[in-house]
Order: sequence, then C-alpha cells, then structure tokens
Amino acid sequence: MPRRLNRREALTAGAAAFAAGLGSAPGPARALNDYADQIKKFTGGKTPVEGRVRLELPELAENGNTVPLSVAVDGAAGDGAHVQEILVVAPENPNARVIRFRFSTLSMPEASTRIRLAATQDVIAVAKLSDGTFFSASRQIKVTIGGCGG
Amino acid sequence: MAEVKPRIRLDKKEVRKGETVDVKTLVSHVMETGLRKDANGKVIARMIINTFRCELNGKLVFGCDLESAVSANPYFEFKFKPTESGVLKFTWIDDDGARVEATETITVT
Repeated sequence: MPRRLNRREALTAGAAAFAAGLGSAPGPARALNDYADQIKKFTGGKTPVEGRVRLELPELAENGNTVPLSVAVDGAAGDGAHVQEILVVAPENPNARVIRFRFSTLSMPEASTRIRLAATQDVIAVAKLSDGTFFSASRQIKVTIGGCGG
Repeated sequence: MAEVKPRIRLDKKEVRKGETVDVKTLVSHVMETGLRKDANGKVIARMIINTFRCELNGKLVFGCDLESAVSANPYFEFKFKPTESGVLKFTWIDDDGARVEATETITVT
C-alpha cells in the first residue's frame, strides 16, 4: 500500500504545482496594439499626469458598435493654459487610436462622440494643454459584443 | 461619398458675447473599418471620414481626426464661445477625399 503524503510533502507538492501553473499562465493582460507608443508619440515622450481629465463611458456596453463617449478637462479655462487636443486610445481594439479632438481658444475643453470597442478594456484619454503639460484619465468599460468587425 | 445632408443643431444662433453655444452634428457614413470581410473572405477596404472641422469665419473652432473606431454615422457634440458674428462652416472629409460641407450663421451681440 503506497504511503500517504504527510502534510509537509503535500504542501510542497502543491506549491510546486502552483508555481508551474503560474509560469505557463499568459502573464498580465497583453495589449493587442501599440497604444503606449501612440500616447508617447502624442506627448512627445512625456508621461501624462493622471487627473483633471474626465472621461465618461457607460460601465457596460451591450453593443460595442456604438458606445457614447464624453471627455472634458477640468479647470483648464481659468488658468491661462487652454486644452489644445485630446487623444483617445483603446488598448484592446485592433487599432489603438480612436479619435483625436482639436480644440481652439474659442471652444470649451469638452466633446462627445460615439465609438467602437472590440472588447472589455480600459479606455484612455490624454489631454494636451497649451503650456506643454499633459493629463490623462482611464476608464474601464465592459463590452458584451465587440464592435470592430473581423 | 453619396450626396449626404448632415444634421447640425445649435442650441442658439443669437448669442451675447461670452455665452456658450452647444453644437451637435451628425452625418451619415458607413465608416467601414477595413477589418471586416465579405462573404468570400475578401477584406472590405477601409472607408471612413477621417477629418472633421468646424470653422468660424475661417478660423478653427473645433475639429478632430477620426479613426476606424468611430461609429458609423459620426456624431459630435462640442461647445464654444463665439467672439464675432459670422459663418460657421462644417466640413467632413473621407478617405476618398469626398467632402460634405454645411454652413450656419451665428449672430453675436
């Protein structure tokens, strides 16, 4: 009759199996596209500061083909610097770039549109101000049916 | 691009200086992503509106560069404070270079 594992052996075996499992697991979520590069290109290599940007998306989109999106930048009108551009990227879409809004001294730093999302993901918006600073926000959205064709 | 009539709505066309105008625009366009395949497995070529602009007397008020991730029949909403009366010109341009144009007049008092 085979000897039963004692407690210590069982724990070690379990830990080893767990470690092996980790090794083959598909690591942290890998993005499908070059969204990080697109942001870098937009900011000229600077890392945007998180905050001031309000990115609004529904929490859940049943249809990824038309998802309402709104972006706005807070406090940009008063302090001299105005918002020049806002870039929106979607890390899990076939193409990272979603839209790039261009503002002027006449326009308010806010805009809305409707976008396509292929899968559940964190959409990112990066705002460029006229004083050369960049701000960003991200927002998770769950997508039931992807909307990018394929 | 077939003959399309964009829909544009301004919440007011006569404003006092410093007041904000809310603009909503909608234009019909398939916004073909270039990722879909037809029944024979052939990729359907990309055909999207890639540029939108709104100008007041020739000066840019608001614009955007669109990618294939913008939904069909692109819709935009934006706000601005007109500083002078004049003509608001809206332009959409697609991958073929076809343009849709529309104008609105706005009075600032």
